Amino acid sequence: MRRKASSATDDHPSIPKAPTGIKGLDDITGGGLPAGRPTLLSGTAGAGKTLFGTEFLVRGALEFNEPGVFMMFEENADELTANVRSLGFDLKKLSAQKKILLDHVRIERSEIEETGEYDLEGLFIRLGHAIDSIGAKRVVLDTIEALFAGLPDHAILRAELRRLFRWLKDRGVTALITGEKVDASITRFGLEEYVADCVITLDHRVDGQISTRRLRVVKYRGSSHGTNEYPFLIGESGISVLPITSLKLEHRVSRERLSTGIPALDEMLGGQGIFRGSSMLVSGSPGTGKSSIGASFVDAACQRGEKALLFAYEESADQIIRNMGSIGMDLEKWIKKGLLQIHSSRPTLQGLEQHLVMMHDTVTAFQPSVVAVDPISNLTLDRDETAVKPTLMRLIDFLKEQKITAVFTSLTHGTTSVSASEDSEVGVSSLMDVWLLLRNHEHNGERNRTLYVLKARGMSHSNQVREFILADSGIDLVDVYLGANGVLTGTSRVTQEAREQATLQMDRQDYERKMRRFAATREAIELQISLLKSQAEAELAEMDFAVAQESAREDAAKSNFDTLSKRRGGNKAGNGRNNEKA
Amino acid sequence: MKDSKKTKPGKPGTATAPAFQLRLYVAGKTEKSLTALNNLKRICETHMAGQYRIELIDLLLTPQLAAGDQILAVPTLVRRLPEPIKKIIGDLSNEERVLVGLDVQPLRD
Repeated sequence: MRRKASSATDDHPSIPKAPTGIKGLDDITGGGLPAGRPTLLSGTAGAGKTLFGTEFLVRGALEFNEPGVFMMFEENADELTANVRSLGFDLKKLSAQKKILLDHVRIERSEIEETGEYDLEGLFIRLGHAIDSIGAKRVVLDTIEALFAGLPDHAILRAELRRLFRWLKDRGVTALITGEKVDASITRFGLEEYVADCVITLDHRVDGQISTRRLRVVKYRGSSHGTNEYPFLIGESGISVLPITSLKLEHRVSRERLSTGIPALDEMLGGQGIFRGSSMLVSGSPGTGKSSIGASFVDAACQRGEKALLFAYEESADQIIRNMGSIGMDLEKWIKKGLLQIHSSRPTLQGLEQHLVMMHDTVTAFQPSVVAVDPISNLTLDRDETAVKPTLMRLIDFLKEQKITAVFTSLTHGTTSVSASEDSEVGVSSLMDVWLLLRNHEHNGERNRTLYVLKARGMSHSNQVREFILADSGIDLVDVYLGANGVLTGTSRVTQEAREQATLQMDRQDYERKMRRFAATREAIELQISLLKSQAEAELAEMDFAVAQESAREDAAKSNFDTLSKRRGGNKAGNGRNNEKA
Repeated sequence: MKDSKKTKPGKPGTATAPAFQLRLYVAGKTEKSLTALNNLKRICETHMAGQYRIELIDLLLTPQLAAGDQILAVPTLVRRLPEPIKKIIGDLSNEERVLVGLDVQPLRD
């Protein structure tokens, strides 16, 4: 896998390379050490040179079918075998299988008298014989500088070393020559003058009482390589280098969403939680419930049947299980099922880089889908933030590449002011996709927790502050109330809720009363209307009656008149009276 | 020298093992090898006649022997007996130092 990656680095054929099999190194060097050429490995005492050499040979023999010769000038074969057995390298077995040949070259200054001219042909023959006897493709000389102590004539020695490296090249073996680093120069006796194809330095620095091992490819002729210092770790299975500084941001992202294990929080994050493979930062002052969110995320993953990994730097695994049990989370059953691993260690155990290497290894071995780190702020103990960011970036990039969803908790320092807590996170927050901020609110004689989403890349999210409640049954979020004195939480919220309830009730009653009054008035009016109507009807009837009476009377009068006129033979005066009436 | 291993110059005949058992490691017939062998023979004859045995080992022919006596440089003269083992590297051109190396009292007439 690694080798494939290396060949894909550029289109131009690079020089042939011999993969070391050392985790991460082949990524940095684009495939391994220059094949068939000598490489110089320099480092201070205790930097891990011998182990590096051993792993180079063991991996070569086991993984790449390239037998190797280990010519040692300091330790003897038994010592070396015993020393590396703890890392799972069985040199005895490999020697018996003729995959590795151990040759101890012992030089006692006191035994040797020097007279006249000589050369180191003996060493050449010896090495040549060793190479031939097992068909070795790899050679480690650890450390050839011991010759300088054993042989007084350095002029001859230097000439012979030059010849040796030339000879190794001619033999076409991939050689690793170790040398001790002193102060400014790469090796004590200037071996770099002779071995110039590839130079790697190992370093073991102590910074703030915490030691960190670092590796750097100083030079690599004919090949591009990472030039940074990379932290490395001597772990349970050998060396691992942490190479990840992806210069390109081209990891594929997922659109799948994962629940955080807190339904109300998922609701705040667009109703579905966070994207798979994204990273979430949960920051807050002490006691705001950061760890609980982390644990709930892990718990949710296990409930889905996915594997989760929890790195704890404050509490032991047992303590976490007990504490999370108090809010209704049973993490122990996931551990028993093999879905959950909790790795607890003190941050001071090793430097940040080595912690990251360790995480890297654990993640690679366990292949979880969710990782929680609780808290990252502890890892940065006594470190300047500028140094912390790139290292964390490596971790985050690595997790993203593996499509692992990560939750980091971070402790902000005491203060409750928003700007301060944001400032202290600037170092890492820009690397995060989702950032939750937890805060304490002290009001009315009690302290309550609140939570809000400060950012959530690529998803709609709530802008509301929610009260964060840790109950026996789990974590929940409830709406907060905004009062005259700011956000109301806890009992203030309850009081406010009651108060609002009361107001609401009163309003309703008022409304109902009004409505009743309206109805009554309306009824009264309608009553009046019908009364008037019937009055009007009565008047109308009265009028009709009067009209009818009148016409009847007129008819009667007319017939009287007619009768009279008939009898009297017409009367003008009578006509006039009649007109007056009409 | 051509038939390598056990050339025994000096006086063979003695039944008991000689006091000085010497081994000279060389790599091929180089000038240095020849010089060393000639120097050794001369010194032995001069200072410990009859008390020595020389084994000549050509590492080109028997490379596997290099590891046994921890040979790096050639030529190397190894004093296997009497103990402790002593090594003298170089072409043995400085007689005085060879004698010091072999812990032999020089015979001066």
